Amino acid sequence: MSDKTVKITDENFEELVINSEKLVIVDFWAEWCGPCKAIAPILDKICDQFGDNVVVGKVNVDEVKQTPVKYGIRSIPTLLFFNNGQIVKQEVGLQSEQTLIDSVNQIVS
Amino acid sequence: MTDKTIHKTIIIGSGPAGLTAAIYAGRANLKPIVFEGNQPGGQLTITTDVENFPGFPDGVMGPDMMDLFRNQAKKFGAECHFKHVTKVDLTSKPYRVFVGEEVFLSDTVIISTGASARMLGLEEEEQLMGYGISTCATCDGYFFKEKNIVVVGGGDSAMEEASFLTKFAKKVTIIHRREVFKASKIMLDRVRNNPLIDIIVNKSIESINGNQQDGISNIVLKDTVSGETSTFECEGVFYGIGHTPNTDLFKGMIDLNDNGYIITQSDSSLTNIPGVFACGDVQDDHYRQAITAAGSGCMAAIDAEKYLEENIIE
Repeated sequence: MSDKTVKITDENFEELVINSEKLVIVDFWAEWCGPCKAIAPILDKICDQFGDNVVVGKVNVDEVKQTPVKYGIRSIPTLLFFNNGQIVKQEVGLQSEQTLIDSVNQIVS
Repeated sequence: MTDKTIHKTIIIGSGPAGLTAAIYAGRANLKPIVFEGNQPGGQLTITTDVENFPGFPDGVMGPDMMDLFRNQAKKFGAECHFKHVTKVDLTSKPYRVFVGEEVFLSDTVIISTGASARMLGLEEEEQLMGYGISTCATCDGYFFKEKNIVVVGGGDSAMEEASFLTKFAKKVTIIHRREVFKASKIMLDRVRNNPLIDIIVNKSIESINGNQQDGISNIVLKDTVSGETSTFECEGVFYGIGHTPNTDLFKGMIDLNDNGYIITQSDSSLTNIPGVFACGDVQDDHYRQAITAAGSGCMAAIDAEKYLEENIIE
């Protein structure tokens, strides 16, 4: 996990995602998931590009038990975009950098 | 936005073929640009252990191997971008490669866009993909612990998926529309001897019922002999019904065979367009191995280098 992203757990989900004033992209991932590894550097680039406007949170589904079930995650990587505590977009599977940039722009603008 | 630079070579795709082409083109000082596409690293990134790639006697994880390929390509000057090519224009030179609004120019193009998992063509697939329908057992099996899972298909990859999924599932049922299996005997024996796997033959899937919130509840099967339909309860449907080449970008521009694969001239990577080369699964519906893809990627880079020497005056 890169240092640009934030580790999300069942305990801090409410505080760091639901109550966040910024757009939070929550990435559900695991060590054994190839596409998750492939999307990680793309999410790092999103952090670089949007800086303080966007937070990328990582949920390791091996360690975090309740949150993936609560959101009905059945495939990884899944990205949930939370704005003001609400899911405003969700993407399943690998996404290109441009798709993610477009999604973020659409939400924050 | 047009980048006015005319690149020597642009490589579309980043599996073993594309990245091997990048290594060779990099070493030949062609400064290759690689557009990695929507699945950086290609199909190997959704596998686990690769046991048959020479040089890795203890096996290697697919995603890790692709990182090694990429690092090696970058070392020789390849520029790798996480971008997905949306259009190409190969009708005039220099060739134009589009990434959304951006346009890139190049003297040669190496196509290594690979293949993607085939779909059944059901209307509900788009909505339920990732919510109970999956093409990646190693990614998604984990979410079906103690559930009933269906695997569709009759080839080796379906058998492999079924065996893998028994790690998690309560029961795995293989559904095959024919009586005869394409899978190898060893793989078929393995699933037949596994008490957690059932096999249903002569049935095709008519529809998959479910929603994004609750997942899948059941599927409707049609008997391919009698035509009778029946309902089968399951919570996950994994596809193992083969692949289709990613050639939509090139339709009408490059010669494709009846199955949509790019036709290359024998013993080369040459397509019908001079300066445009193809390698890997996008032109191979027979071997489809990492090592053969890598080999053909090497051929494409050497072919591109030779073409540049003979045709492009600096």
